[in-house]
Amino acid sequence: MSTSLRNNQAVLLAAAAAVLLLVGTALAFYWVPNAPVEGFRQRIFYFHVPIALTAYACFGWGAWKALRLLWTRERRYDLESYTAVHMGVIFGILTLVTGSIWARTSWGHWWVWGSRQLVLFLILFLFYAAYFMLRYSVDPGPRRANMSAVYALFGVALIPVSFLAIRLAEDLVHPVVFTHDVEERLSGSQLATFLVCLGGMLALAGALYANELTGKRLDARLRELREALQ
Amino acid sequence: MIRAAGLSRDFGPKRVLRGLDFEVPRGGFLLVTGPNGSGKSTLLALCAGLLAPTAGELEVAAERREVGYVAHEPLVYRELTALENLDLYGRLYRVGERRERIGMLLERFGLWDARHERVSSFSRGMAQRLALCRAFLHDPRLLLLDEPYAALDDAGGRVLDEEIAALARERTLVVATHEPARVERLATAKLALA
Amino acid sequence: MTYFSDVAALARKDLLLELRSRDTLPAMLLFVVSTLVVFHFALPTGTSATAEVGLLWVAILFTALLGLVRAFVAEREQRVLDGLVLSPCDRSAIWLGKGIAVLAFLAAAELVALPAYALFFAPVSWELVAAVALADVGLAAVGTLLAAMAAAGRARELLLPLLFLPLVIPVVVGGIGASVSDDPGRYLAFLGLYDAVFAILSWASFEYVVTE
Repeated sequence: MSTSLRNNQAVLLAAAAAVLLLVGTALAFYWVPNAPVEGFRQRIFYFHVPIALTAYACFGWGAWKALRLLWTRERRYDLESYTAVHMGVIFGILTLVTGSIWARTSWGHWWVWGSRQLVLFLILFLFYAAYFMLRYSVDPGPRRANMSAVYALFGVALIPVSFLAIRLAEDLVHPVVFTHDVEERLSGSQLATFLVCLGGMLALAGALYANELTGKRLDARLRELREALQ
Repeated sequence: MIRAAGLSRDFGPKRVLRGLDFEVPRGGFLLVTGPNGSGKSTLLALCAGLLAPTAGELEVAAERREVGYVAHEPLVYRELTALENLDLYGRLYRVGERRERIGMLLERFGLWDARHERVSSFSRGMAQRLALCRAFLHDPRLLLLDEPYAALDDAGGRVLDEEIAALARERTLVVATHEPARVERLATAKLALA
Repeated sequence: MTYFSDVAALARKDLLLELRSRDTLPAMLLFVVSTLVVFHFALPTGTSATAEVGLLWVAILFTALLGLVRAFVAEREQRVLDGLVLSPCDRSAIWLGKGIAVLAFLAAAELVALPAYALFFAPVSWELVAAVALADVGLAAVGTLLAAMAAAGRARELLLPLLFLPLVIPVVVGGIGASVSDDPGRYLAFLGLYDAVFAILSWASFEYVVTE
């Protein structure tokens, strides 16, 4: 359990994130040509989709740690799972914000029910926000850790089921489906830019994750030491 | 049968048990004493498996069907009758000759006449007696009794004295109580919590 | 086979408790009818039939919540859950027994809600009934698990709706779809999928919700 102040992992990831995001932003704004239909405003795609994918990755990572917790009953996985979910929610909110901006620039509304990703993230945001309510409502301890883990696992099961539900709902509730013109294949430069931004976002998430985890572990260690002194 | 090394349990920021070491051999009788809030109930709940330690180790060499547990609450449904409660537990614990055993215990603890009454109409002492019936129902090898004498009148107390004395001969017991005098002579070991 | 006799004993216990105390089921029945009446006043004239069905599903959801909030009350108040958890029975049997009882209450509530809906609003198709039946299984499955979670915390009446609602949005979609679309089979199949996924998940993970 590394509580060293020289948290190399986080520093490396932060450096990688900074580099990748700077390069990616430059590529997205200056290098990549305008998208044929949408034009300039399509460039937010290079941020919105990597952020969304990173959010999924965080929720998946949180669920993996949750599974490890239930499998091994080792306390440390609770903190790791919680931090991952926390990161996921942060990136989820960013997804909703960037998605909303994109919707506004594309179709003139800050919110469209016809956008599958937007609706899916809204549901997930509600779900994982309740995760924090659950944690807040139960006293810290093995019980809370177990329940949080089970809930995190339900979350990843919810992702595909919700997506399916949203697709089915399209036929009923919102006949007009809003999709961006990125479903087609990406050109070489577009793909390169996208991958750089994706790498940057993942690195950013990793850096924030490692940083927060270290902070929380330090807190726990401090509390332990205080207890031992009493 | 029970071995604890460095056993600690926190509730949030509060550390209730710190670094306990003790052993209870098969057939032993551990008497746990201590003032209110010292963690007697927590210790018994840990031994029962209801709580997990936050630090240290605790080994209990008994399966769930071999453990009998008496807590502060009687752990019975208030809106069911004494008989229905014991029948449910009897099924869950796969008690052989369930009806006979239930009848025998109810008689022993003086609840036979009240067997068809709901627990909500019981006095605190009667509920405690029912809790004891529940704990003894499946003839457990390990008994964890948390303040078993609470709310019992003299008659009930005497029955419990006899039962504990009989059990102490062959079974393993851990008893937490404010009245250690009643069972002191049977105890093979004592643990005083601060 | 002792597993199923455990489940039967536990389910019977829950039904017996409700029969004795009679607090949850009458409240659910009255609540769902009241809600439908409120919806009548809440819907301006010219509202489509589709919207009315939608509100039926909302009523069903909130009636389910009402029942679920009470699901583990007895176990929590007297800490009887500890007694059940300590017994040799599989912890998932506790979930299954309780879930069966919850399902029975939901079904009873709908036996009142659907005729009331037919009376107040529009006739009820058999697809709607099938959808309600399938939805009930899913609602009972996740609801029972979440109710156990909420029961372990503070502010449990507030927590359960927050945990429950996002998770059951797919059920609403499946239910509405089966009720109004031209291809109800797809939506009924989806409800079946939801039930399978979340029932299995709940069954497998209940153990971890009630132990440390």
